[in-house]
Amino acid sequence: MAELNYGLTESQIEIRDMVREFAETRVKPVRAELDEKEEFPRAILNELGKMDLMGLYIPSEYGGFGAESSLDFIIAIEELSRVCIGVSVSYAANALGADPILIGASDEQKKKYLPPLASGEKLAAFALTEPNAGSDAGGIQTTAVLKGDKYILNGTKQWITNGGEADTYTVMAVTDRNKGPRGVSCFIVEKGMPGFKFGKKENKLGIHASATRELIFEDAEVPKANIIGREGMGFILAMRTFDVSRPGIAAQGGGLAQGALDEVVNYARQRVQFGRPIIANQGYQWTLADMATEIEASRALLYSVCRTVDSGAKDYSKFSAMIKLYATDVAMKVTTNAVQLLGGYGYMKEYPVEKMMRDAKILQIYEGTNQIQRDVIGAALIKEYASAKK
Amino acid sequence: MHVVVCIKQVPGTTKVAINPETNTLIRDGVEAIINPFDENALEAALALKDKTPGTKVTVVCMGPPQAENALREATARGADNVVLLCDRAFAGSDTWATSYALAQGIKALEKVDIIYCGKQAIDGDTAQVGPGVAEFLGWPVITYVRKLDVEGDTVKIERVFEDGFEKIEAPLPVVVTVVKEMNVPRMASLKGRMRAKKEQIKMLTAESAKADPNEVGLKGSPTRVVKIFTPPKKTSGQKWDGIGDPIHAAKTLVGKLKEQKLV
Ligand SMILES: Cc1cc2nc3c(=O)[nH]c(=O)nc-3n(C[C@H](O)[C@H](O)[C@H](O)COP(=O)(O)OP(=O)(O)OC[C@H]3O[C@@H](n4cnc5c(N)ncnc54)[C@H](O)[C@@H]3O)c2cc1C
Ligand SMILES: Cc1cc2nc3c(=O)[nH]c(=O)nc-3n(C[C@H](O)[C@H](O)[C@H](O)COP(=O)(O)OP(=O)(O)OC[C@H]3O[C@@H](n4cnc5c(N)ncnc54)[C@H](O)[C@@H]3O)c2cc1C
Repeated sequence: MAELNYGLTESQIEIRDMVREFAETRVKPVRAELDEKEEFPRAILNELGKMDLMGLYIPSEYGGFGAESSLDFIIAIEELSRVCIGVSVSYAANALGADPILIGASDEQKKKYLPPLASGEKLAAFALTEPNAGSDAGGIQTTAVLKGDKYILNGTKQWITNGGEADTYTVMAVTDRNKGPRGVSCFIVEKGMPGFKFGKKENKLGIHASATRELIFEDAEVPKANIIGREGMGFILAMRTFDVSRPGIAAQGGGLAQGALDEVVNYARQRVQFGRPIIANQGYQWTLADMATEIEASRALLYSVCRTVDSGAKDYSKFSAMIKLYATDVAMKVTTNAVQLLGGYGYMKEYPVEKMMRDAKILQIYEGTNQIQRDVIGAALIKEYASAKK
Repeated sequence: MHVVVCIKQVPGTTKVAINPETNTLIRDGVEAIINPFDENALEAALALKDKTPGTKVTVVCMGPPQAENALREATARGADNVVLLCDRAFAGSDTWATSYALAQGIKALEKVDIIYCGKQAIDGDTAQVGPGVAEFLGWPVITYVRKLDVEGDTVKIERVFEDGFEKIEAPLPVVVTVVKEMNVPRMASLKGRMRAKKEQIKMLTAESAKADPNEVGLKGSPTRVVKIFTPPKKTSGQKWDGIGDPIHAAKTLVGKLKEQKLV
């Protein structure tokens, strides 16, 4: 197939090929069953660990592959997402959980927590959202109070991806109520620490393979040494985490949309109505053309954002927000079209596109809704133009 | 321990054309893969290595220079050494000559404890090379293995048949041929794939394997293929509706069987 030249490195091509093969041979045959049974893809993640793919984004001194470019990991997410984003989010959420550690933790903390994540022996999760604090993340109510050599955590986190399955959690909690967002701190909490429990597993529209659970802290005891950075750094860590993780959500969207397009084109070449393959109709082709164009545009923007991140740019929040917004809107549109273009078959569980459409919706919601992404872009525009005038 | 895996490169499709003049398979233009049962053999060896640290896995393949790709894949999955038996003199070898050449190649390696082969290759389907290698080495062979544990100087093995399995023991060294249900072959790791790109593949010629030139290639192959053909499709036979009208169906069936003197 003709491809744009994105100047991929040797390792990126290797990763693309191996994850594509893995997704086709190991994930595709089980995705419908994982969806149907709402089953966590533990065996798949174990295998990804053995293939060095869990630690792509982790430096080699902490046991990871030490990829030189953020694009390596993005390509892995993209290829998995082409087949199942329930699986790919279970994979990518490890990085979301590990990012605050990578960004702000001490060398000692990194040495302790990153190697088992890099090998896939342990999984991670990121816990910010609460019943009363979603888009308004600054409004979280979980508290952490220092008592001797421990922080005592109280509160409930909601809708945590990999909740219950993960071993290592990065948890945001308020250490100083008077300081607003600057009174939030980030803690590394291990499964099994006293007072840390799991609540109900959610019953969702899509991404059924992904586990979404409540985390409950009842006088949970977390060693003082497990705070990342200093008190009050939590909110900044969360925002910087989103800057690096949002392109990952975009990769989910891009991969998913590509997978849906693949299904439609292959189907439409075979399906005959009115005496010819349905793909022979101009109206049909035009829809496919728009889908393919938007998918490629989304990939081009995503890869550019990654290169900007790799170049050491300081402020790329705006671009991370743009690509999260764009790629996931494209994914929703493309997967909805995919169902339409398969007609009645598209609506049936025998074909994968109904699942793709159900799965796509979450991409516009988590890691900041797409309205919030527009807020981020809008705020950046105002700031940039205001400072340019001077 | 030192274990050897014999792998063959085969066409990656079951629809291979046959050259009517030479009665051999036309391999040009078809993607080559590792014979699927050999992948199980390789996995069995790698799993043994995972379980028994210090185990070394050497993979041996006889084939044309392109067979190097199969060996690189084996390296990527975790093989320690790979050896390609590659020589014009080997061309046209049948199962006898291939077994001999592989046995000679294996003799050129350091002391071997277990040789793993797939139960058969999907192109020729003879299932002869594993036992042939054992014969040339004078070792015991156990075919259709689905489970293997090493205990001291012996292997404990489960050997499958259509209607059950056997539990047997054999002394080392031993040749085993493995079935698909033994395991699920792993995929290569990223580091493995990067390493495999740079791997130096050890080449053995007929001479360096000390193989008698009269025993290999077409010259050393006693097999004569008289004819290869695609068997005609079996007709589907007669059918009677046993759901709509079971009594009539049963009566007709018994009548037909009596007619043919089968009951
Ligand atoms: C399956 C799933 C997995 C998740 N995984 C995680 C996880 O691993 N970790 C984690 O911390 N969180 C996770 N979340 C939470 C997710 O990030 C939040 O759902 C998201 O941030 C939105 O918050 P909310 O659902 O409370 O919606 P709300 O904030 O209540 O928003 C409701 C609606 O109002 C809109 N809205 C809100 N504020 C504004 C505004 N200022 N301007 C315009 N519109 C606005 C929103 O865009 C949205 O359309 C997950 C959620 C789901 C569903
Ligand atoms: C839940 C459900 C309930 C149903 N109930 C009934 C029922 O009670 N009775 C009944 O008779 N049927 C029923 N149907 C069938 C339904 O009416 C058909 O699915 C519908 O007519 C579309 O036909 P198709 O699925 O074969 O799609 P196709 O005709 O194969 O169409 C596939 C795609 O190609 C497009 N396409 C086809 N031809 C052209 C063209 N010439 N130009 C441009 N695009 C084209 C279509 O718009 C569609 O996007 C039901 C279907 C479902 C899913």
